[in-house]
Amino acid sequence: MSVRRLDPIQPESFKFSAANMRWAKAQVKKYPKGKQASAVIPLLWRAQEQHDGWLPEPALRVVAEMLDMAPIRVYEVATFYTMFNLSPVGKNFVQLCGTTPCWLRGADDLKAVCRRVIGEQNQVTEDGMLSWLEVECLGACTNAPMVQINKDYFEDLTAENFEELLTDLREGRDVKPGPQNGRQFSCPEGGATTLLNATASSSAKRSTKSTAKAKPGRGGK
Amino acid sequence: MPKLIIDGAEIEVEDGITLIQACEEAGVEIPRFCYHERLSVAGNCRMCLVEVAGMPKPIASCALGVNDLRPGPNGEPPEIITKSKTVKKAREGVMEFLLINHPLDCPICDQGGECDLQDQAMAYGVDGSRFKENKRAVEDKYIGPLIKTIMNRCIHCTRCVRFMTEVAGVEELGMAGRGEDVEITTYLEQGMMSEMSGNVIDLCPVGALTSKPYAFAARPWELRKTESIDVMDAMGANIRVDTRGREVMRILPRNHDEINEEWISDKSRFIWDGLRTQRLDQPYVRVRGKLRTATWDEAFAAIARKLNRAKGSRIAALAGDLAGAEEMFALKDLMTRLGSPNIDCRQDGAAIDPAKGRGGYLFNSGLGGIDTADALLLIGCNPRTEATVLNARIRRRWSSGQLKVGLIGPEADLSYRYDYIGAGPQSLADVASGKHPFAKVLKSAKRPMLILGAAALAHSGGGAVMAHAARLADMTGMAGEAWNGFNVLHHAASRVAGLDMGVLPAKGGLDTQAILKAAKAGKLDVVYLLGADEIDMASLGNAFVIYQGTHGDAGAHRADVILPGAAYTEKSAIYVNTEGRPQMTDRAIFPPGDAREDWAIIRALSAVLGKTLDWDALSEVRDAIFAAHPHLAMIDEVVGDGGFDLKKLARGSARIGKQPFGRAVDDFYLSNPIARASAVMGELSAMTAGGTSGATGTDG
Repeated sequence: MSVRRLDPIQPESFKFSAANMRWAKAQVKKYPKGKQASAVIPLLWRAQEQHDGWLPEPALRVVAEMLDMAPIRVYEVATFYTMFNLSPVGKNFVQLCGTTPCWLRGADDLKAVCRRVIGEQNQVTEDGMLSWLEVECLGACTNAPMVQINKDYFEDLTAENFEELLTDLREGRDVKPGPQNGRQFSCPEGGATTLLNATASSSAKRSTKSTAKAKPGRGGK
Repeated sequence: MPKLIIDGAEIEVEDGITLIQACEEAGVEIPRFCYHERLSVAGNCRMCLVEVAGMPKPIASCALGVNDLRPGPNGEPPEIITKSKTVKKAREGVMEFLLINHPLDCPICDQGGECDLQDQAMAYGVDGSRFKENKRAVEDKYIGPLIKTIMNRCIHCTRCVRFMTEVAGVEELGMAGRGEDVEITTYLEQGMMSEMSGNVIDLCPVGALTSKPYAFAARPWELRKTESIDVMDAMGANIRVDTRGREVMRILPRNHDEINEEWISDKSRFIWDGLRTQRLDQPYVRVRGKLRTATWDEAFAAIARKLNRAKGSRIAALAGDLAGAEEMFALKDLMTRLGSPNIDCRQDGAAIDPAKGRGGYLFNSGLGGIDTADALLLIGCNPRTEATVLNARIRRRWSSGQLKVGLIGPEADLSYRYDYIGAGPQSLADVASGKHPFAKVLKSAKRPMLILGAAALAHSGGGAVMAHAARLADMTGMAGEAWNGFNVLHHAASRVAGLDMGVLPAKGGLDTQAILKAAKAGKLDVVYLLGADEIDMASLGNAFVIYQGTHGDAGAHRADVILPGAAYTEKSAIYVNTEGRPQMTDRAIFPPGDAREDWAIIRALSAVLGKTLDWDALSEVRDAIFAAHPHLAMIDEVVGDGGFDLKKLARGSARIGKQPFGRAVDDFYLSNPIARASAVMGELSAMTAGGTSGATGTDG
């Protein structure tokens, strides 16, 4: 992690789209009168989604004004939370998990791929398609190593299939989120290893159901 | 009243205080960085760790209330230990962490010698460092022309952030980033737009925020410290003037709970460069249209030639805003002997009649009265520019949710919300007659208060404004036995002393407006300006003008004879603040060149004129003043309202003008001759007028 500053090149202005504005106003209404500042994180997040994945300075002021906050208070929030990107990101923003389980399972190889294919962290490729950032644990350790690209997890990566994935993304081909080695969610690799006999226990049905890993939600822009 | 055992001694303390306060009461010193008694508790420096019996870990004493402690198993009072090995080790550990990223640049740091971190590292730290890695580096920030930042030194106590947000009411400083990358900054590094920002220099426990004008100028141990009184406004903030040789190096606040607590405005703090420039350091006489330097004898002779020929009624005198009681008393005495009734200390023409009681021109509730008031009506008054520190007090009361504020006069950003009632006296009449809903607020309040500003009294219908305000006060029951919320907020430091001593037109005499009018019409031969610069010099016509003062400002430019006087840091003088509290300045340095103390100049002139005044030493002047006005001898005490009678005040013209109230202070940073001579004040004035200088330009 390094010092996070606003990008030196900023757009002139920022405006919520009509739909986002409606949504934002509804968010503000969730909080009691006078406590509207509580909506600062959702609003910043929506602003980031609307603005190609990063937060421009005018957006901070727009949010500050909407919530009757001092701009410095919004700036504090935006610089504190590392999921707010203060500089432009690629169309496919790769967040690479480098925390212990992923690291043990080869995150360093993935990093090398990123460096080779994309460049240094926080650098956007010239075509604007890719950029990457090492992040802390994304909570998919069972499927380590993994990356998050925009809103999807790509798991069980190797240097080879990760590079392929990046190439596909760069060329705009469809990719399949989730485990990249044919595994079903976080089930054991190569199929089930226990409870092979479905009739052995009546509780088998229940337990297979609960092993299905929740996928991160798909929110619209 | 919880009982505690602190280091073995049992003590009973107030409810609701914190452990650090309890320890202080018990006489035990607890080191701290982030804790400050006038700011909210942050609890992030961890320096104030103490041991509480029965608790597994050391406790941050600033963040734990005494009421939250549990008694021991047999009902014995909770025990706090501050001298154990654990506490010592904890402090050493915290200190070691704080010093990990703190540069070892004390020899080139302006805080050196008065640095909390330095002192506490000596007292509670260890003698060596185990840290071998690189220290972090932080870019310095621009936060205005007053405050120099060396952010490497910052230990993130957030005192400055809390001060700006809570006390100054200007949310501009903040803590950006997180973890090791945390930085104190303003939004886009704009300069801070506050009149109190200088206080963060005092609050900063390390050398991260230091005074820019004072940078590398002096070390604290080579300065002579003189306790004095500020004259930039009529609050009379307590200050300490630090001098080296013949120069004032800096000005710091002193604590006075009733007046300024421990804050002062930026004008009071950074005015000192104005004390060095544009100074009148020798007498001048105008010869054939040009001012020429002269000796005292020549200057006095030139005055004597004019005054000896002039009839008393054709002589007039005006006392300026920074004049001390001694020289006003001397001037009045001299004018009486010259047979002139024309003297006035109300340079702005404020409609105040001391005959109606002293309470008619005082801040009767006391500045501290704001802390208990529950409704406040500001009339022609902008406390933020007229009494900055007072404004912080109003803001504190307002932010506690117990004060409702209404404003009549020019709209302004006061750093708190208020009901805007109207621009002019008509709105006051509406409230006074109960037509405006704010009258109900005042009526239903237990401790209602109004503040009559200098602009309201200087209004063309000032007398009627005063009468209406008194009527309103009477109607809402503001002035009772226990509570008197009828307040006048002066802006001129000299004003109350002048009114107390009756430096006002004698019978048949001319007041300020009449003097100016008469001078313009050629009906006055000689006008004596005692530091009076805030009048329209063009209306002095062809009169012979004597200017006695400190700076080459408007008065000196118009003058025919200039008598160089002493500024407030160069003389011991009595100033009575807006509450009616006499306070005394002390001489920190001598006046420059041939300049003299003002009362002595008037005394010397009186001898040349053959009207020798009766006294010849400062103590003798004071004796004469105290004999005539005993209450001025009660230094730092507020005595009586002098037969204050609202009914009497309320009598007066009912006809109230339509013209809206003006501003008593047009430019906060340039409101007196000393400020106008100060380069720092000039820069601040330009910054506030022209938006932000030094900002990155992305500000919309």
